[in-house]
Amino acid sequence: MKLIVAIVRPDRVNDVLEALYRAQVRGLSLSRVQGHGGELERVETYRGTTVKVELTEKVRFEIGVSDHFVAPTVRAIMEAARTGEVGDGKIFVLPVDKVYRIRTGEEDTAAVTPVSR
Amino acid sequence: MTGHLNAADLAWMMTSTALVLLMTPALGLFYGGMAGSKHILNTMLMSFATLGFTLVTWALVGYSLAFSPGGALVGDLRWALLRGVDLAAGQPLGPTISHVVYMAFQATFAVITTALVSGGVVGRMRFRAYLAFITLWVVGVYAPIAHWVWGGGWLGRLGALDFAGGTVVHVNAGVAAMVAALVVGNRKDYGRQAFLPGNLPFVLLGAALLWFGWFGFNGGSAVASTASAALAFVNTFLAPGAALVAWALLDLARIGKVTAMGVASAIVVGLVVITPASGFVPPVWALVMGALGALPSYVAMQWRARTPIDESLDVFAGHAVGGATGAVLTGVFAVKAWNGVQSGLVAGNPQQVAIQILAVLGAAAYSAVGTLVLLKAIGAITPLRASDHEQALGMDSTQHGEEPYTAGEGAVLVLPEVSAEPALQPAGADA
Repeated sequence: MKLIVAIVRPDRVNDVLEALYRAQVRGLSLSRVQGHGGELERVETYRGTTVKVELTEKVRFEIGVSDHFVAPTVRAIMEAARTGEVGDGKIFVLPVDKVYRIRTGEEDTAAVTPVSR
Repeated sequence: MTGHLNAADLAWMMTSTALVLLMTPALGLFYGGMAGSKHILNTMLMSFATLGFTLVTWALVGYSLAFSPGGALVGDLRWALLRGVDLAAGQPLGPTISHVVYMAFQATFAVITTALVSGGVVGRMRFRAYLAFITLWVVGVYAPIAHWVWGGGWLGRLGALDFAGGTVVHVNAGVAAMVAALVVGNRKDYGRQAFLPGNLPFVLLGAALLWFGWFGFNGGSAVASTASAALAFVNTFLAPGAALVAWALLDLARIGKVTAMGVASAIVVGLVVITPASGFVPPVWALVMGALGALPSYVAMQWRARTPIDESLDVFAGHAVGGATGAVLTGVFAVKAWNGVQSGLVAGNPQQVAIQILAVLGAAAYSAVGTLVLLKAIGAITPLRASDHEQALGMDSTQHGEEPYTAGEGAVLVLPEVSAEPALQPAGADA
């Protein structure tokens, strides 16, 4: 099992969600974060005060997947989140020791396999 | 006409001018709340900017073209640069008030009408192209139509009834917004992604302030402190109330809930519908007009959202459809015993309805062509549309370099070039 953490542009989130849905990746969390990864800072001016805004709004996906889902998940995010400009984000694939599904107590691969109805 | 200043008239018209002026910032709130949260400043500034750019060209040439006698199509330049626009009374259109006050009162109409158009293009129009548009539209499109109806032009001579601007303001702005939306093009991802209002409390606040200001818009259109003003004033109470009830019942029937967007929209549509009729119809017909008049705009908003046309804030459905409905219903419900001018269908003058329809079609046609030509001309000089990337980052950030709610995280102060001045001493440093 792996934990995939992806930081993407907010305006690509709908595309990423759609791509993940097509790749049959169902369980995920996302949160709004502030980040900086090398894109040019924006300049804002309020009367005499000028600032460089070095943190940009990003969205962080966290997706727990079984091993054979890693490649399709990464590909889906990569294709949907890419604009080609600096600031498209990163994807991290992290090892996971243990996963539990709280409702049933299922563990590991069973716990990250979506419930089929 | 005698040229004596009447103190009551002058006081009411200065008050009305201030009331109508407030409608433009109110529209900024109304539209700003409906735009997405990354475009709220941009959308509000689209309204606020007309208070400068549109107002100045209006004072320089627009007023003269609209309201000087001239011909059937447009006035002349006798009052350009405000020459001869003095403190004396006696102008035919405002015989008992100072000429300057009449000019200022009409300026507030020109400004709000131009600001209304911005609702069609929020979230993607480059601000500098927009500034060019609002500076020129008021002269090229608004002034001739105002002249046709109010300034002695062909529609006024034909007997078209438009008390406070159903045709001149609302049909005109609604059609222009539709044309502008089509010329500038849809927002990035329109039709794939939901565009939701960012701040509904602002929408309600804007609607409330618009209603307040509208007492000057309609009541002031009597251009005197008379019974006609009183009638317009009271009808401005009644029609939006009836529209609110009708809209709420429609919302209840369709989705089972009364909505904030619905209540705010109903107030504005009720105001739009009664605008041309406000000084012409008895109060009980104003209630009927408000309720009946809500329906076409309600249906038009449902329809527009299902089309591929990104006329973003439904200026067409609210103002062109509402304004046309109001103009036609004015021809139905006008009663000479109340207005001293002309009767409509219910009081035995069916021909008035035909005149009203002709006025709506004439104004709509000119507005569409004029707006199209102007936008194409501006577009040939500078791009109208912000890039997809700029739209994605948000128009507040990319057009204005500001955010509505700054967190300050990651904001690094840019200090001015190092100067020879010594650093400030802390207080009491001399001790």
